[in-house]
Amino acid sequence: MRTAASDLELVRPDSLEEALCALAADPALRPIAGATDLFVEANAGALRGRRFLDLWPLRELARIEANGDMLSIGALATFARIARAELVRARLPLLAEAARQIGGLQIQNRATLGGNIANASPAADSLPVLMVAEAAVVLQSARGERRLPIASFISGYRQTALADGEIIAAIEIPLLPEGAQRFRKVGARAAQAISKVVMAALVGPVPRVAVGSVAPVPLRLRRTEAVLAAGGSLAEARQALQEEISPIDDLRSTAAYRLRVAQNLLESFFAGG
Amino acid sequence: MYSVGHSEERKDGVAKVRGTARYVDDMTFPGMLHARTIRSTIACGEVLAVRHALEEQGFTVVTARDIPGENVIALIADDQPCLADGVVRHAEEPLLIVAHPQRAALWQARVDVEYHARAPLLDAERSSTIFKEVQIDKGDPGRGFAAADVVVEGEYRTSWQEQLYIEPNGVIAVPENGGVTIHGSLQCPYYVHAALCRVLGLAGGKVRVVQAVTGGGFGGKEEYPSMIAAHAALAALKSGRPVKLVYDRMEDMAATTKRHPAVVRHRTGVTWDGRITAMDIDVLMDAGAYTTLSPVVISRGALHATGPYRCDHVHVRGRAVMTNTPPNGAFRGFGAPQTEFAAEAHMDRIAERLAIDPLTLRERNAWRPGDTTATGQTLGADCSALDVLCEAALRTDFQGKWRRNRGSGRGIGLSLFFHGAGFTGAGEERLASRAALELTAFGARIHVSSTELGQGAHTVLPQIVAETLRVPYEYIEIAPVDTAGVPDSGPTVASRTSMIVGGILQRCAEEMRDRLGSLSPEEYLELHGPLVITKEYERPPGSVWDEEHYRGDAYGTYTFGCNVVELEVDPVTYEARPRRLTAVLDFGKALNPALAKGQIEGGSVQGLGYALLEEVVHKEGRMANNQLANYAIPTTLDVPPLDVVILETPYRHGPFGAKGLVEAPIDGPAPAVINALRNAGYDLRSLPATPEKIMEARCGST
Repeated sequence: MRTAASDLELVRPDSLEEALCALAADPALRPIAGATDLFVEANAGALRGRRFLDLWPLRELARIEANGDMLSIGALATFARIARAELVRARLPLLAEAARQIGGLQIQNRATLGGNIANASPAADSLPVLMVAEAAVVLQSARGERRLPIASFISGYRQTALADGEIIAAIEIPLLPEGAQRFRKVGARAAQAISKVVMAALVGPVPRVAVGSVAPVPLRLRRTEAVLAAGGSLAEARQALQEEISPIDDLRSTAAYRLRVAQNLLESFFAGG
Repeated sequence: MYSVGHSEERKDGVAKVRGTARYVDDMTFPGMLHARTIRSTIACGEVLAVRHALEEQGFTVVTARDIPGENVIALIADDQPCLADGVVRHAEEPLLIVAHPQRAALWQARVDVEYHARAPLLDAERSSTIFKEVQIDKGDPGRGFAAADVVVEGEYRTSWQEQLYIEPNGVIAVPENGGVTIHGSLQCPYYVHAALCRVLGLAGGKVRVVQAVTGGGFGGKEEYPSMIAAHAALAALKSGRPVKLVYDRMEDMAATTKRHPAVVRHRTGVTWDGRITAMDIDVLMDAGAYTTLSPVVISRGALHATGPYRCDHVHVRGRAVMTNTPPNGAFRGFGAPQTEFAAEAHMDRIAERLAIDPLTLRERNAWRPGDTTATGQTLGADCSALDVLCEAALRTDFQGKWRRNRGSGRGIGLSLFFHGAGFTGAGEERLASRAALELTAFGARIHVSSTELGQGAHTVLPQIVAETLRVPYEYIEIAPVDTAGVPDSGPTVASRTSMIVGGILQRCAEEMRDRLGSLSPEEYLELHGPLVITKEYERPPGSVWDEEHYRGDAYGTYTFGCNVVELEVDPVTYEARPRRLTAVLDFGKALNPALAKGQIEGGSVQGLGYALLEEVVHKEGRMANNQLANYAIPTTLDVPPLDVVILETPYRHGPFGAKGLVEAPIDGPAPAVINALRNAGYDLRSLPATPEKIMEARCGST
């Protein structure tokens, strides 16, 4: 590991209140949970920050529960638990599917939904799912609580709207409209790969589509949805998608591949739909 | 049989499974320092100034000026410095070694290097610096082409591949007895020994090299440990303390050797009935910035470039050229995977042109016993190219599936391959390997420098001795690999250990058995005292090699194999998904069938990675994806069911008929995949066949 662990400081709060107070007193404290993204930075010697707030012991932030029509997933729920949770599998099977494909089993045992959101990678596999589900991010600070739609919470390339002193407490997911839920991740290999393209969709009377790894942020494809909702052809939908995304060439793939595969995924989801 | 042919338990197995095996990074010595290598960030240029305040911060700093001997890593051409002295020829070139008592301090060390950067040469096809050129000539290609009905041309390209042993490179250097002792993760202790004597200016007796438990090599620990051991030794001698130098994965991937990229061009004359009349083959390999082992890699590549096919008129030209990239080096297969990929992909193009199926074309041309290779070597009774081909085709219903699949998105592809066992040409004679066998109260102890890398050498060698002495396998021990205690049995490379070193040990054991007569080991020791039998390699009778003209017996013999890959192309993502891989290998005798099967499975999977996934991305001469997250090797979910078949056509000069095994399995999967893609409707001629390239191949054809 290229980061000296002895220089680092870890604050371990006993309660959510204590955590929020610590954060209010020192906004430079970096909240961490499963630390799976953190270790990638630390291993490369590119760790941001020296002082960390360990949220992992705050089990009240790990609940998965239903409040009427609202599915609430605590920020500390791991992908392993999300993949197995009956509530998630019944209400939002595409999130359970995404959770099963994020990293390997060891990662899934530590990585949390809140962490995946906070890291705000354009390739984050949970984000297109949450966008299709029109999820809200519940934010808490010593000042109180607020909610933001997931699409506005992710404010730019690896940027979020998290304010000083705030943590992600939970994700709230309203009941989805009628339709088939579809998810597909395309990586360099069959498992444990970073997405080249990842797409989530609701195939029904009110189509919804979101896609990752094809722009600086994961995107909800509103114009493509409008074409589909208006009964447009798949060719027209492919064209609309092309106009909405801005893929690039990088270490993992090419812009041309990402565009065509995103179009093919769209077509495979909505063909005959 | 006492032991040979049985799947004996690995001698190193229990410690590895229980986690008690001690790798370099598990070892510590009193007062030990930790070291790190400061490397160039440019690919080509001069170092104008190096500024740091590390000594004041408690670091030991080693530069080229601290080298007591010659600033060279001795190998073939002696052109690679141990530490760059003013001139940088590739990115990641070692400049300084810094060492500190606290490991965590290493990455805090700040060194400013001022360069005068020059434009690097990164394209091998534009290089005019040739490290080694080889030519193979047989018959008269002009006549051969004149006799052809058709001439088929093709160009095939391969890229780098990373060995990706589980344990990265690492050593500990301990100052001892006025010299230095190295404990290292390595394949070839005597290579390290020779290199250290040169760079440290020490006599042989002052340098000792001990192999630590080694977590895989695949060729990647053949030459590089000489470099890293020299660095640790210099820091140890300067500080007077033991020094540990262990790379992390990122450094290991960025700085150490890879498989050579290659461009192979074929021009082949054939008759309409599918007989090859002439071959003209040009092989270009990118060696990187220094010679290292490239002369031998290009030689093996050229010698395997024809594929295992009859042809009276052949011209092969091979060149390994310089570029400003980290030197490429040994990797399982050693030049053959590149040229056999080209040969086998080209065979399918020839079949296509002649409108015959790939199996029939190969059946007509595959070597039979008594045929001659491009160097004029007459193949012995163990030449089983046709047997492995027929077995693989029959098991898979190759012809039927190949006809039904065409253009369906499903594909089946075949490759027939061969691999020369042991060192090339007169290499084994020059090595003059020695092995020793010591009588113990129960059985015998083996003394060799052959290393256990996970491949099973320290299990199979005792099996050969047990069988010869007619005692149980458990009665045979193997001494630690330590240059202070074992003879030089040559490097553990080139699929040579079982066949060559095993053969020497078999002769040692035969003599021991004769000396014992009717006595038990205990009785013998009591009556006659200690017994150690040492023997040296002996060339098989009648074998000749002309190095100047590349004529004669290029290898003792050849192992043969045939792969059939069945795959599907995902129409949405263009991913090629292997559905089944059949591997038929004939390597004379499976001394330990379970280990042999493991080697075939492992080599096949590594070959599938080479074929489909593994891609080194370079930016300005530096590896940009030097992380496991971005350099994808196959996971279990990427591996289809493997059907492994072992045939045993004995080689009369190998122990119990055995030939080399562990490299051959990686020669075949890549061409079989490319040929299966062709059958599925996708025309690719370069590796790896990523979905991006498959998409291009499809969109080009529609």
